[in-house]
Amino acid sequence: MILPIVRTGLIALRRDRGALALSFILPIGFFSIFAVIFGGQHDTTPKVSLLVVDEDHSAASQSLVRGLEREGSLSVKKRPAPKQGAEQPDYTAATAEAAVKAGTAPVALVIPHGFGENPISFGAPNQNRPTIQLLKDSSDMVAPQVIAGLLQKVAMTSMPDVMAEQGSKYMDKYAGGFTPEQKKKIDAGLEELRKRTSADSGGQDAAPADSNRGMPIPVTTRDVVGENKNNKMVSFYAAAVGVMFLLFTASGAGGSLLDEAESGTLDRVLSSRVTMGTLLGGKLCYCVMLAFSQLVLMFTWAWLVFKVDFMSHIPGFVVMGLSTAFAVGAFGMLLASICSTRAQLGPLSTLVILLMSSIGGSMFPRYFMSEAMQKAGLLTINAWAIDGFTKVFWRDEPVSHLWPQVLVLLSVGVVLFAIARRLARRWEYS
Amino acid sequence: MASAPVVSIPSSFRSLPLRIEGLVKRFGELTAVNGITLELKSGECLGLLGPNGAGKSTLIRSIVGRVIPDAGTVTVFGERADSAGARMALGWVPQDLALYPKLTCRENLESFGQYHGLRRADLKTAVAWCLDWAALTDRAHEPVKNLSGGMKRRLNMAAGLIHRPKVMLMDEPTVGVDPQARNRIFEMIERLHGEGISMIYTTHYMEEAERLCDRIAIIDHGRIIALGTKDELVQNAFASRSEVLARFAKADDGVAAWVKERGGLYENGTAQFTIDHATEIAGLLEAAAKEGHELADISLRKPNLESVFLHLTGRELRD
Repeated sequence: MILPIVRTGLIALRRDRGALALSFILPIGFFSIFAVIFGGQHDTTPKVSLLVVDEDHSAASQSLVRGLEREGSLSVKKRPAPKQGAEQPDYTAATAEAAVKAGTAPVALVIPHGFGENPISFGAPNQNRPTIQLLKDSSDMVAPQVIAGLLQKVAMTSMPDVMAEQGSKYMDKYAGGFTPEQKKKIDAGLEELRKRTSADSGGQDAAPADSNRGMPIPVTTRDVVGENKNNKMVSFYAAAVGVMFLLFTASGAGGSLLDEAESGTLDRVLSSRVTMGTLLGGKLCYCVMLAFSQLVLMFTWAWLVFKVDFMSHIPGFVVMGLSTAFAVGAFGMLLASICSTRAQLGPLSTLVILLMSSIGGSMFPRYFMSEAMQKAGLLTINAWAIDGFTKVFWRDEPVSHLWPQVLVLLSVGVVLFAIARRLARRWEYS
Repeated sequence: MASAPVVSIPSSFRSLPLRIEGLVKRFGELTAVNGITLELKSGECLGLLGPNGAGKSTLIRSIVGRVIPDAGTVTVFGERADSAGARMALGWVPQDLALYPKLTCRENLESFGQYHGLRRADLKTAVAWCLDWAALTDRAHEPVKNLSGGMKRRLNMAAGLIHRPKVMLMDEPTVGVDPQARNRIFEMIERLHGEGISMIYTTHYMEEAERLCDRIAIIDHGRIIALGTKDELVQNAFASRSEVLARFAKADDGVAAWVKERGGLYENGTAQFTIDHATEIAGLLEAAAKEGHELADISLRKPNLESVFLHLTGRELRD
């Protein structure tokens, strides 16, 4: 008796494409995405963007910058990308800070004047010594930590001469000084080290295997984005999670079109003065209203419970909220018009929305992903919406700066709605 | 509706509630409606009788613009059926329930009324009238999903009437309801008829057509094969002939073969013969006795609508 039951189940599963997709395609799709994101493939390993400002222009600071540039996990930029073919001037402390605030890079390193005179510090910190400044955007929780560690490593591997010279100075000061013969030998050794360092800067990565032994160089870290914010990451997650659920809400609301078709009310509606265009437009408005209300609820909750600064960002929120709601509403209409029944819509929307959310940054920030995946994420509504909300709530950017995100979301909405309208023609007449 | 051929409409048609001329609709190889021409007179209830798949629903859906005909025209009071004026004049009760299950009776009627452009006082009046007509005033705030089958059917009809159309198209509105609910629906339709609403009423049930319809069109294979009042249809199909129903004591193949040989129809032990004169009964009895087929019962009856229907459309199953 068990065999017929199993057989019946298998036949039903085979004929239910949605269930088949959920059972076999969705897990493989998810597995593949996570494998690509976290699998550490060599050609797509994410690099941390670092802006470097060298105010010192000393041999030591230049050695340090060269060392940073040689680090495979860093993408060091000393100046902005050329604009219309024209080279841009090097970053200054002010422009680098502005760039971090604008999200160009998560971290900027400022090497101050006088750094080269006394780059390495042993013992208690000297308040009068210039220290390297690390300007960070703490919405990226990983990059500043990575750079702080790498900075120490690079200091030791790229400036052995400076390290040795500094050590000999300490010996000279605290151990009663060197004899002229000892000083001569030390100078010869330092010269040899300088030559080797110079040769390394010619392209060879000569980082010794044991170069990670800790040796402090003076660094101060400053949060230049969101330093005065409460619950720094809550606004990010409110947007990220919110957009994902907006997509689910919109697909459900768009499904009311399928309900109408299945229940027969669609025929009755279309035999009245309502045209298919009007009906779809009405459904889209309903989806947009629902999605926007959901965002309002989400951010109000974040404001009341998690102290997100909602009230001072209302204009930006409204602009981004409506743009996002429009895009997800049109997305919901498209999904509904692709499917023939509610039963088809459920699995398809789950599959598509979870895939979009995973690569679009709703499940985890996109900076965890490889560069290729980060670019792929830009094909999703999630990524553009999250970027826009981040600009509003994290970077405190004015509404006028939201135009790229708004433009993309509105364009996506228009295109998706146009496709949905085209596909809905099958319901218009038979 | 997609672009239909532009036709000039004679002024004599403007008083006709509905005129269908040369309507053709094909679905691939199947011709569902094959050149139907039909007129609905003012205040008339026209029955549309036909077996399953005969083309009744396709014809109705063509009239309300849910099907694009391949040829032919449909006009409502002289206006093309896809015009705003025609849509306001037409009301449609689809064969399947077409209601929002989570909305109440009142909310359903309000929604469909708004889709037809009714607002404020007009809408309120129309909803109240429909609830009263469907005897659902006391259930106005009940979600549709909680209603009985008969109530849903009545609300389904009321939703088609919300904009008070002058022409109603009712596609088998009594499917699946009990006799009491069916009788209630008949009374509702008779009330509409009494108010001068013109109607097309499709059904499988002969007694419905006989009770409600002024004229009856029998449709089969996409064509109208008979049209007229019930008496006209019977007269045309049978003239003065009568039907003899004979039930045999033993139902076997020999009886069936004998009935067929005599030009009758045989089903479930009962034979049906059509005779010109009552005197022919004696000959039938004599012939049966001669063959050794014992008769249990015999009766003579005048042909009715069902006789006409079966005579014209045959007895074989259609689906």
